[in-house]
Amino acid sequence: MTSHVLSLLVEDKPGLLTRVAGLFARRGFNIESLAVGHSEIPGLSRITILVDVEDVPLEQVTKQLNKLINVIKIVELDGAQSVQRDHLLIKVKVDNSTRSQVLEAVNLFRARVVDVSTDAVVIEVTGGAGKTQALLRVLEPFGIRELAQSGLLAIGRGSKSITERVFKN
Amino acid sequence: MTTETTPVPSAPASAEPEMLTGSGAIIRTLELLGVTDVFGIPGGAVIPLYDELMTQNKIRHILVRHEQGAGHAAEGYASATGRVGVAIATSGPGATNLVTAIADAYMDSVPLLAITGQVFSTSMGTDAFQEADIIGITMPITKHSFLARRAEEIPAAIASAYHIASTGRPGPVLVDITKDAQQNLAPFIWPPQLDLPGYRPIVKAHGKQVQAAAQLLLNAKKPVLYVGGGVIRAHASPELLALAEATGAPVVTTLMARGAFPDSHPQHLGMPGMHGTVPAVLALQESDLIISFGARFDDRVTGKISEFAPNAKIVHVDVDPAEISKIRVADVPIVGDAKDVIADLTLAWADAAQGAAPDTTEWWTYLHGLKAEFPLGFTEPTDGLLAPQYVIQRIGELTGPEAVYAAGVGQHQMWAAQYIKYERPNSWLNSGGAGTMGYSVPAAMGAKVAEPDRVVWSIDGDGCFQMTNQELATCTINKIPIKVAIINNSSLGMVRQWQSLFYDGRHSFTDLNTGHGTAMVPDFVKMADAYGALGIRVTSKDQVDDAIKLALATNDRPVVIDFIVSPGAMVWPMVPQGVSNSFVQYAKDHAPTWGEE
Repeated sequence: MTSHVLSLLVEDKPGLLTRVAGLFARRGFNIESLAVGHSEIPGLSRITILVDVEDVPLEQVTKQLNKLINVIKIVELDGAQSVQRDHLLIKVKVDNSTRSQVLEAVNLFRARVVDVSTDAVVIEVTGGAGKTQALLRVLEPFGIRELAQSGLLAIGRGSKSITERVFKN
Repeated sequence: MTTETTPVPSAPASAEPEMLTGSGAIIRTLELLGVTDVFGIPGGAVIPLYDELMTQNKIRHILVRHEQGAGHAAEGYASATGRVGVAIATSGPGATNLVTAIADAYMDSVPLLAITGQVFSTSMGTDAFQEADIIGITMPITKHSFLARRAEEIPAAIASAYHIASTGRPGPVLVDITKDAQQNLAPFIWPPQLDLPGYRPIVKAHGKQVQAAAQLLLNAKKPVLYVGGGVIRAHASPELLALAEATGAPVVTTLMARGAFPDSHPQHLGMPGMHGTVPAVLALQESDLIISFGARFDDRVTGKISEFAPNAKIVHVDVDPAEISKIRVADVPIVGDAKDVIADLTLAWADAAQGAAPDTTEWWTYLHGLKAEFPLGFTEPTDGLLAPQYVIQRIGELTGPEAVYAAGVGQHQMWAAQYIKYERPNSWLNSGGAGTMGYSVPAAMGAKVAEPDRVVWSIDGDGCFQMTNQELATCTINKIPIKVAIINNSSLGMVRQWQSLFYDGRHSFTDLNTGHGTAMVPDFVKMADAYGALGIRVTSKDQVDDAIKLALATNDRPVVIDFIVSPGAMVWPMVPQGVSNSFVQYAKDHAPTWGEE
């Protein structure tokens, strides 16, 4: 299997997320991550989906997604032609003997500590999957108590916008 | 649009839009969309709508006895005409009873508008009485759906739904309307703004692709035109006939496409697939070029897909891009409406051929040989009972091609697809994709409402008939004189056939005790009588014609003929499930030998 990043421009309508997620489920496609939020245009949202499929089924996914009335545009974002970021919040167990090592790791990865208590810190990190996974591996031995992460966010490089291409026609 | 000049006292003097209740807006919108008939049954959440339906005469409402009947009737109405069928149900169980018909319409691309009542908008999400999330329930089986919570939203919701249902690849669209939206007043503005930026069906195909297809067709030695239901939905039969006659290519019509090309035409090889004719099955299998129009390479057509038509290049024409290369990768994909694409392809072919059509004599010699060696046929049952194939063949012969034939699902459906000769599109209605038992009687009813001047036969099984026969009451009361032929083999015949062939004859729970030598529960003739229909029982060959003729002469009420047929009859030819089409069996343990073996 190979991962593909799809960026969907959708109408912000009730049930939209169910329509998209349900389509993946019933056609047997696996969503690795999903991130939804407003786009730059009122009434339109952008969904970024990381999907794990081969090329031929991917074509079927995008065609089926395109049939959803509320989906306006689908673009596959190539790794080299786009910026792709995860956003993680990690709660790590610390004590007086480990705190400095954890903070060192935070600095090395250019992450940030956003909450401190006597026996834990909450670390915020953004970055590509390689960086965030590496940080998690470094933090693992100290004890990760809780992990929350956004779905992958992605945007094409350069000045072009998916939206303007849609509404030019 | 012109309006009557007769003064109406209540008409507003100003240009202010007329105030209508949401219910009034539903009816007005349907009327302005050209809807003349709807099928439905009232309930708590649609009483406001029904209150206004009562006081108008623009739209005929047929009161059904079960919502599934409304759904299939709307499907039959749509399939017989190409117009949008409309079904109305109340919230909760009313709406869920529509689900089977909606799923059926989704599989067979039937333009269906389902209007359901919903509980008050203020009660939604509280598990209120008769509340069901029908939009959520039907999401996987509708082309789209709309929820109207306010009266103002109704005209645009219904007009959008109608537009989506009837354009591109047709399909079912549901509009769920809360009770308060039906009751409240709102200005009625027509036409409403349709705001569907994500809906842009492609109709006109790419010229280059069409030329590529024409070139392939010109070079093919063994071409086949593989015609699916999309040709009927696109009203493309005249264009198909022109293409076929120009190119001389053989034609096969799938279960959904029976009638798209005349059965009497010498280039027609019949139906392909699991129960297709041997020539149609092997033509596809051995072809070097399959041009598919509005078909979707269904597993019942292709058999084992990895071994389907191994030497064929594929031109796949469909209005739905997602169908192309879904099952079999197309060499030339063409997205477009079948009517336009076929016409364009005919021109492109003529351009490329320059009057020199390719020689397909060898191919035709082979196909004619198959036709002569493996004609459709059946043997008389050994138990002395009626052959179901004979009954169905006689119905077709005595009634003719101008009639509409609506089948249920199972053996009788296959025999009706095989032994009735279809000469025109929209004359054959059935549940092809979903395989919905119970489709026939209500679909026939819907077709008869749409086309009152045509004879409409429901060719049904004893199992199917018991699922939706309550609509006979609707037919009798509303003077919809359909004719029902129950092919009564006293069993769930297709399942029984599989049990006979693949499960060592272990007939587990497939005997229904309605036929010969059983208690005959229920007695279909008494049942017909109870419903105010003419009931006739036929047990021997010499009674068949008289019964059909009496049915054809009886038009003041529905007719039910209980044909007591042999339970032993099987549908042949057959390609067993999961094997290559090369293993088509003409009859039990009798497979044709063919070219490459």
